[in-house]
Amino acid sequence: MNELSPQKLTAKDYATDQEVRWCPGCGDYAILKSVQKTLADLEADPANTVFVSGIGCSSRFPYYMATYGFHTIHGRAPAFATGIKLANPRLDVWMVTGDGDGLSIGGNHLLHVLRRNVDIQILLFNNEIYGLTKGQYSPTSRPGTRSPSSPGGSIERNLNPCNFALAAGARFVARTVDTDQKHMPDILKRAHGHRGASFVEIYQNCIVFNDAVFADFTDKKAAPERQLRAEHGHRLVFGANSEKGLRLNRDKVAIEIVTIGENGITEDDILVHDETDALLAQMLVTLDGPGAPVVVGVIYCNPVETYDGGVARQVEKAKAAKPNADMKELLFAGSTWTVG
Amino acid sequence: MATNLAQKPTASADEHVPASLESVVIRFAGDSGDGMQLTGTQFTHSTALMGTDLATFPDFPAEIRAPTGTTFGVSAYQINFGARRVLTAGDQPDVLVAMNPAALMTNLDALKTGGTLVVDTGSFNDRTLAKAGYTSNPLEDGTVAPYQVIRLDISRMTMESVKEFGLSNKEAMRCKNMWTLGLMLWMYGRQRQSVVDWLRGKFAKSQQLADANIAAVNAGHAFGETAELAGDLSHFTVGRADVAPGVYRTITGAESLALGLVAGGKLAGLDIMFGSYPITPASTLLHQLARLKEHGVVTFQAEDEIAAICSAIGASFAGSLGVTSSSGPGIALKGEAMGLAITTELPLVIVNSQRGGPSTGLPTKTEQSDLYQAIYGRNGDAPLPVIASSTPGDCFEVAIEAVRIAVKYMTPVILLTDGYLANAAEPWPVPDFDGLEPFPVQFETNAENFSPFTRDPKTLARNWAIPGNPGTEHRIGGIEKDFVTGNISYAADNHQLMTDTRWNKILGIADDIPLQEITQGDAAGDLVVVGWGSTFGPIYRAVEQSRAKGLKVSQIHVRYMWPLPKNLGELLKGFGKVLVPEMNKGQFATVLRDNYLVDAVRLNQVNGQPFKVSHLNQVIAETVG
Ligand SMILES: Cc1ncc(C[n+]2csc(CCOP(=O)(O)OP(=O)(O)O)c2C)c(N)n1
Ligand code: SF4
Ligand SMILES: [Mg+2]
Repeated sequence: MNELSPQKLTAKDYATDQEVRWCPGCGDYAILKSVQKTLADLEADPANTVFVSGIGCSSRFPYYMATYGFHTIHGRAPAFATGIKLANPRLDVWMVTGDGDGLSIGGNHLLHVLRRNVDIQILLFNNEIYGLTKGQYSPTSRPGTRSPSSPGGSIERNLNPCNFALAAGARFVARTVDTDQKHMPDILKRAHGHRGASFVEIYQNCIVFNDAVFADFTDKKAAPERQLRAEHGHRLVFGANSEKGLRLNRDKVAIEIVTIGENGITEDDILVHDETDALLAQMLVTLDGPGAPVVVGVIYCNPVETYDGGVARQVEKAKAAKPNADMKELLFAGSTWTVG
Repeated sequence: MATNLAQKPTASADEHVPASLESVVIRFAGDSGDGMQLTGTQFTHSTALMGTDLATFPDFPAEIRAPTGTTFGVSAYQINFGARRVLTAGDQPDVLVAMNPAALMTNLDALKTGGTLVVDTGSFNDRTLAKAGYTSNPLEDGTVAPYQVIRLDISRMTMESVKEFGLSNKEAMRCKNMWTLGLMLWMYGRQRQSVVDWLRGKFAKSQQLADANIAAVNAGHAFGETAELAGDLSHFTVGRADVAPGVYRTITGAESLALGLVAGGKLAGLDIMFGSYPITPASTLLHQLARLKEHGVVTFQAEDEIAAICSAIGASFAGSLGVTSSSGPGIALKGEAMGLAITTELPLVIVNSQRGGPSTGLPTKTEQSDLYQAIYGRNGDAPLPVIASSTPGDCFEVAIEAVRIAVKYMTPVILLTDGYLANAAEPWPVPDFDGLEPFPVQFETNAENFSPFTRDPKTLARNWAIPGNPGTEHRIGGIEKDFVTGNISYAADNHQLMTDTRWNKILGIADDIPLQEITQGDAAGDLVVVGWGSTFGPIYRAVEQSRAKGLKVSQIHVRYMWPLPKNLGELLKGFGKVLVPEMNKGQFATVLRDNYLVDAVRLNQVNGQPFKVSHLNQVIAETVG
């Protein structure tokens, strides 16, 4: 008898029959593919997987995933996700949000879901613009961004999503790029494996309203010189031949960009990435200045007890203390008296 | 602790025969720091344990710690108890206990002419009088002449009674309320044991404080017994009310609401996920439920009211019963999410403990001014059922009913209660849980031809498939859904169909709720007084008294605010006039006029106080003409 070899799952197994309605060329397509591939690689059980989103182009995501899905209201996905986990902690919950959804209207909820450390994966599609409402500047748009609501250029200072997450107390912070089909699944798997709120910022190109804002570091040619892939236990190097790296300037407690072989710099001078180091993580996500690369990868990962885990622990404890708790006992609690 | 009154000897062992009263209204008033709410609740507890019927009205300031001695820092607790059925906290106190000049200043007007005023003279001095706004001492200038004044230096006698325990001056003064409680327990022949038990529990960590407070209670009681002020301090007893046999406990609206939600969850076979954000007077419910984890209740203190309701909807999506609770300002924030629960057709219970508005309004005062908000207050055509509780004990049944409707019709339900009900206490016949009809939820598990929007042809409720079940994976959201597949649909006809369906589903609930009954009186007459919510007690009493005077008046008290009971319009036609007393500017009257084209006469009061029976009597008489 022939033994049936189990068919390897593919991205297609996680796609719905719904027509995908993003603009042609939108970075969201690439992300969708990577997420579907990730689930296939993880052999995720669709019945046990829930995609929750707010409102925005990015938040249409759940309709295209053949799992359970909830497209909620603008900015509030973290609260829905929290409720889902409290009702059933066994579910595998992914949250999809945008820079407007997660950092404008939903900034408060994002802060608290991270602080509480609810065990979900949070994917923030950062296109530095409000896509769905036709291109107004967002909290991550750089100063000077021209848009229908800022014809003279925006005059607001922009927010750094990963820095926000770290400040909120996130225990897992990572970054990746929409079109990087190799890097993203790896990062998503790490996020999935982390117990607690995993925050992943995905640079996403909005081809219609904010085309190429990230091109300077995402273009195939530019990427090696402008992106640094952080990996735990490895030196923080970048460049076509990994010839550049990050060194700690101990006088200023700042990171500086150096070239190995120049000015007596050796490989040993280069910082080794420690993803449990919160201070280093903060320096990496805010890295700035001439020649500074954009750091991608798992920047911070340092698990602690999850919120849903803590709640479940208290419930178990209460149930163990009162194994026969029933309604009658509750109704008759306290002082009672009998008439007649 | 269970007491059997049938076997109990008479509570009072005093030699002299006390004067017997039908009912008495006592108001304890003092500085927020004086512990008047505790005095009141302990007096209530002791009274209830003796089988006397009662109703209470706690009235406290919005400030947590208002400056000592100021009029806005006065906290009061009123109890009406009696040998007959007590339905209101009483219009006017027969007895006022004033612990300082500010309490006298703010409460004296309420006292019945000829009523008894017990006053702590020890708290009256130039400084405290000035703080309360008195330019001369009211105890000396004739202000209190119309009353029977019992002047006691409670401050000094309390200090005296706790001397041996070595408390600080401040701690000793804190026992004043217990001394006063002891005196009042004596005056009305209430037993002290429940207070002693409670103090032992409260001060379990400090024997010294427990002993001192108990000594103060005993000293106050002994003072009453031995005082040579016999003329002033006559001992009153209030008999037992003629209530139905059974086991009773005292209960506040918040407590019975919590029990009702838990019971509803059990009857539905669902765990409860309660998402809430603190706000007066709704927080009490959060506190009650937070202690019931062993009963399958998870409480989540969210970062705001929006997150609270969204977490509850998320929980319902995942197969728990989501419940959220707030007061007006918080309910306003929840509006958009309610719309999502309506369009995704998920069960949800939204409790609104109404308070004075708009905006922050009067956080600690009661009102029923959120009815429009409940019935109409959302974007789009977004109908949902609204039900209202009318007494503290009624909150239990109404909560179960809210859960039943929510899960049966896959809809959010708004439950209206108010600040008065949340805090007021009454004796409550403990319900027989086994006698309640369960309504177990059947989740959809069948993957064959599954669509999340397949409906029960009778109730129009959609099915409920939850994550974790293979084969029923589906996506839902706020965008309009196709009637058949549940997929996104922007088709015009489909939106018409879905809107009509959601509307008809809610209206159809009218077939599933009891017909409206005439609460009191005949089915026809000159006037019907229509009420809802916590005005039940005063309206009942007023209609009863008006009927005793021979007026052809009836009462209809409505629980199902939306959809309305099917026969309500017919019932109203039986009467010459319709009077609608409400603690708002006439919101239910608008609903009645809109639905039945009746000329509903409005009687509106928004002064933060329950209706006075005497006021209602007068308006009823005028309206009948
Ligand atoms: C309460 C509410 N306010 C405003 C909107 C309109 N709105 C929809 S999406 C959006 C911004 C989305 O931006 P972002 O989160 O960055 O998503 P993107 O479309 O860029 O993926 C806005 C303002 C809404 N749907 N609901
Ligand atoms: S507007 Fe921008 S973000 Fe939205 S679908 Fe089009 S390209 Fe994508
Ligand atoms: Mg955006």
